[in-house]
Amino acid sequence: MSDEIEKHLNENYKWGFESNVEMEEFPKGLNEDIIKLISAKKNEPEWMLEYRLKAFAQWKKMAHPQWAYFDIPEIDFNDLYYYAKPKNSKEGPQSLDELDPELLATFEKLGIPLQEQKRISGVAMDVVFDSVSLGTTWKDDLEKSGVIFCSISEAIEKHPELVKKYMGKVVPVADNFYAALNSAVFSDGSFVYIPKGVTCPMDLSTYFRINAKETGQFERTLIIADEGSYVNYLEGCTAPQRDENQLHAAIVEIIAMDNAEVKYSTVQNWYAGDKNGLGGIYNFVTKRGLCQGKHSKISWTQVEAGSAITWKYPSCILQGDYSQGAFYSVALTNNKMLADTGTKMIHIGKNTKSTIISKGISAEHSENVYRGEVKIMPSAENARNFSQCDSMLIGDKSSANTFPYIDVKNPTATVEHEASTSKISADQIFYLQSRGIEPEKAISLIVNGFCKDVFKTLPLEFSVEAVKLIEMKLENSVG
Amino acid sequence: MLLSVENLHADVANTEILRGINLEVKPGEIHAIMGPNGSGKSTLSKVIAGHPDYEVTKGSVSLNINGKLKNIEDLEASDRAREGIFLGFQYPIEIPGVTNIMFMHEAFNALCEHQGADTMNEKDFREFIKTKLPILEMREDFLDRAVNEGFSGGEKKKNEILQMLLLNPRLALLDETDSGLDIDALKIVAKGVNTLKSKHNAVVLVTHYQRLLDYIQPDFVHVLYKGQIIKTGDKSLALELEEKGYEWLTEGLN
Repeated sequence: MSDEIEKHLNENYKWGFESNVEMEEFPKGLNEDIIKLISAKKNEPEWMLEYRLKAFAQWKKMAHPQWAYFDIPEIDFNDLYYYAKPKNSKEGPQSLDELDPELLATFEKLGIPLQEQKRISGVAMDVVFDSVSLGTTWKDDLEKSGVIFCSISEAIEKHPELVKKYMGKVVPVADNFYAALNSAVFSDGSFVYIPKGVTCPMDLSTYFRINAKETGQFERTLIIADEGSYVNYLEGCTAPQRDENQLHAAIVEIIAMDNAEVKYSTVQNWYAGDKNGLGGIYNFVTKRGLCQGKHSKISWTQVEAGSAITWKYPSCILQGDYSQGAFYSVALTNNKMLADTGTKMIHIGKNTKSTIISKGISAEHSENVYRGEVKIMPSAENARNFSQCDSMLIGDKSSANTFPYIDVKNPTATVEHEASTSKISADQIFYLQSRGIEPEKAISLIVNGFCKDVFKTLPLEFSVEAVKLIEMKLENSVG
Repeated sequence: MLLSVENLHADVANTEILRGINLEVKPGEIHAIMGPNGSGKSTLSKVIAGHPDYEVTKGSVSLNINGKLKNIEDLEASDRAREGIFLGFQYPIEIPGVTNIMFMHEAFNALCEHQGADTMNEKDFREFIKTKLPILEMREDFLDRAVNEGFSGGEKKKNEILQMLLLNPRLALLDETDSGLDIDALKIVAKGVNTLKSKHNAVVLVTHYQRLLDYIQPDFVHVLYKGQIIKTGDKSLALELEEKGYEWLTEGLN
């Protein structure tokens, strides 16, 4: 029966096409000149360039981290393009209707129509193509309620006081190797500001698309939720199918003031490489939220279904009293994929609460690691944490590992950790089969049941997409 | 003829369990298969249902498909189910996180699709399945629990019968559905089987005890021993077995 369960993964990554867009690139390599070029290209103020150069100086002093569970191939940082943008697209804001038809067609194909009359209602989108944001939908409608949703480049230009105040506040330049790199070379990303007392009238979403060859994508997202505000933010991404690996090193920072709530959901679907592990994206991302205010809430939901290597820990710093952090994760690895992902919950304020639900699914020769830290600082009276880390193995060649770190410095804390490992059994599949359900569907049903606690935290459309994606990723993983 | 099993030999992990079974089942019939532990009763039902762990080494299983008997050795378990074979499990399997209704809805629509019938949306399906619940004295909240998870032994068996009624098979194989049931549950299960019974379908009951046959009238009773059917009779054979055990039949057989 193990032959029944195993077998290879579907290699049809339907997002793996390449768009034929004329690109403008900076020369390969990483040095001060390139950074100055990026900054100049964006007409950045002096302080921004200084920030970048400081970050670069910092980065040069840092060594590549070695603590991941698996070996990460050496990356030649001088053999990458750090800036690539479609030639016919302007730097800075533009009307999406004026975009190069090839770009419009690309996003149409990805299921994201950008033309005004075809846009998905109820969701405002920022679309980032390689190094630049192509534009943002529903911007004017959002402005009416005071919500700022634009590219980070535009925010640096138009809202410098906000960017200056908050950028690097949650993820400092020297936080880690890739954070320093991103801080030096980030080219675009999204910026969100929700004013006091405003519930964002629609969901906000950013879609990241890598298209150019040998180019790294370094995006930067900054979300500020002022007192009593609420926003639901969604993120998606895809990349062409190539034999070479490509680097994606992003930073996402979230700040929530008193009584503010931010829900951040990701469906990560970067190209994962082929069956033998050739190609795919290295997804090394620093995502962190600061619950600065009292009663603030930040939740991260992630569905990690792509990338050759995933290395990320969306985290929460629970500074405000009564603030709450949550991390809901489904990480699926197949073939030769490697994922080392999890979260950190740092409790500082009194009566802070965190919830971690992690579901790892590994198939074929993949390795799936949950790594999480729950830290209760001496100031965090009555902090509470609940963690649940479940792993599911499909077949007998993959591995699942869980590394929970718990550090409690206040005796009033309550910390719970539950973990389980299961295997899809041949009996389960036969049971479903004996009711007329095909083996592939049976596996997907079992996997979806396993992930249910996470999927239910996603907005409806996203959860439907996530279920479909997992189903697709497991296609042909049974014989 | 609905099912024809001819000289069936089957192995599991290279051990021969079935050693030349012959069995013919016609629509409208109820067959009971009895026999001591380890005689191959469960194996026979699993082989007919297409369990991949069992290897047919000789002989054949044929099912009437569109009016013709067809060897089904190449059909996977899910295809056999779509052609109308249902296996009620002795130990129903738990599927955490998948609700009963999701599971049954999926199964029901898979069969509808195969038969070229319209599939049902979840809302209509719930209404439809609700009509089946009273037969088995089951409450609606049953539908929203994870498949067999935390079910009592009786609930698991009722759940099997519910699925059977829902999928309306042409051939229902019930593998020791009566084991572990108290008398009330046994009666309910029997009621389910009698509800299904029609001149178009057949039921094969694998059972250890005669008591189920007090509530379901078999047309044939077969005694299985060491992978072969050593005797076939009518209802009275079951009563005789109850009284005398199996020794009088197995003596001298090896």
